[in-house]
Amino acid sequence: MSGDFVIEVSGLYKYFDQVQAVNNLSFRARRGVTTALLGGNGAGKTTTIAMLLGLLVPSQGQIRILGEDMLQHRYRLLHRMNFSSPYVDLPQRLTIRQNLTVYGHLYRLPKLRQRIEELADALNLSSLLDRKYGQLSAGQKTRVSLAKALLNEPELLLMDEPTASLDPDTADSIRSYLEQYQARTGASILLASHNMSEVERMASDVIMMRQGQVVHTGTPAALISAYGRSSLEEVFIDIARHNSHNQEQA
Amino acid sequence: MSQDVAFSLRRIGGVALRHLYLMRSSWPRVLEMVYWPTVQMVLWGFITLFLQNNSSYIAQASGILLSAVLLWDVLFRGQMGIALVFMEEMWSRNLGHLFVSPLRPYEMVASLLFMSLLRTLIGIGGATLIAIPLFHYNIYDIGLPLIAFFLNLIIMGWAIGLIVSGIVLRYGMGAESVAWVSVFAIQPLCAIFYPVSVLPTWLQPIAWALPASHVFEGMRALLTEHRFIAEHMLWAAGLNVIYLSGGIAIFLGYFHIARRKGLLLQVGE
Repeated sequence: MSGDFVIEVSGLYKYFDQVQAVNNLSFRARRGVTTALLGGNGAGKTTTIAMLLGLLVPSQGQIRILGEDMLQHRYRLLHRMNFSSPYVDLPQRLTIRQNLTVYGHLYRLPKLRQRIEELADALNLSSLLDRKYGQLSAGQKTRVSLAKALLNEPELLLMDEPTASLDPDTADSIRSYLEQYQARTGASILLASHNMSEVERMASDVIMMRQGQVVHTGTPAALISAYGRSSLEEVFIDIARHNSHNQEQA
Repeated sequence: MSQDVAFSLRRIGGVALRHLYLMRSSWPRVLEMVYWPTVQMVLWGFITLFLQNNSSYIAQASGILLSAVLLWDVLFRGQMGIALVFMEEMWSRNLGHLFVSPLRPYEMVASLLFMSLLRTLIGIGGATLIAIPLFHYNIYDIGLPLIAFFLNLIIMGWAIGLIVSGIVLRYGMGAESVAWVSVFAIQPLCAIFYPVSVLPTWLQPIAWALPASHVFEGMRALLTEHRFIAEHMLWAAGLNVIYLSGGIAIFLGYFHIARRKGLLLQVGE
């Protein structure tokens, strides 16, 4: 195990009754860069992220985060990481400020009020701080979810489709902010996304999953070259259709 | 940015604060807490007024029915306080975010207990104060034993509430009705309005295994014979140690199952 890697997964399995969601998964994500976790629907990305976060207990295998065993030192590690997803809500009837205050207490943050103001300013949320979360647009909710995920200045940020259902302008501003955050703090990001242009822009490394396994890893350019395609989107479609083709044959 | 500690009052306060914000933003929520205990109290207050002239048992201890109904509500509100606060997290699909933070499940339990205590004090406190001018009945005249009654009943309510919350977490919102009906399954055995001796012989050991039965027998002895029977309270307290430990263990057990089955991300309406 090396300090160059922020995530080290080996021999990971997850079964839900008879269904095998993750099947002997092994990969490593480098420190200080964005790694994209790609795959079609049902490839096992969300299950993998849930195991990395400790929300889901693996059936078998090892997960090391920031050099420590996640299964043994989960709570120590959770202080150093965070998570953002448009599919996991925050309380709708609380204002943005109230939501961020509650989560700030959960991370036991010092100077919480100041931290919330800083994040609100950076993510263009200052004028909305006292508005209820349930009254926000999809783009505003995504920015709040990101603010919550950055409250504790995580060394590792896990993101599940961070710009899903956002207009191009809002999506671009989110990506820009994440790039600035990473440049400033040296944080590592694991990004699950279906947006290939987003992945090409942000990710240094790509892990391609299919049926709960890693099928390819490498830089976006290496992957495009290996498949003889002109874009990551074409590579993605190649892999997904190979999956469909196999299923039809079965 | 911050050091990890195994038990943090700040994290417990953080979860409680989330529910206090919710209460503060909606006066109907606070009103609802006082409303049902008050309705029950008014109903049984009028029954008491009627029976005072028609029943020698009620005539000698006029507050017995009102005390019983108010104390029963302590157990009921204690249980509902846990279940409702926990289900609020499920309704708002917030469990995923909560448990990727350093919040421990037992800190969540502590927050649930605190919120249940607060909700019960608001609800029952309001009803008891309204009973004073309305029926000239002051439950606080019971004195120090009232604290023992209250604590034993709310702890039993907490135990049931934690079990119910665990079941809802494990089986999803389809099991939500368990939260509303579970406590009524044991109500006839709790000797709220009649002594345990009224029950069939074979049911009496079950009744004596419930802390609430000891509390209500103790309450009747105090109000009718003016005797505080410490033995009843010791039994109730001893049983509550088992009940609350069991409730916490079952909740944490279901929480572990939820982590194995991936339920923390799936819950919601």
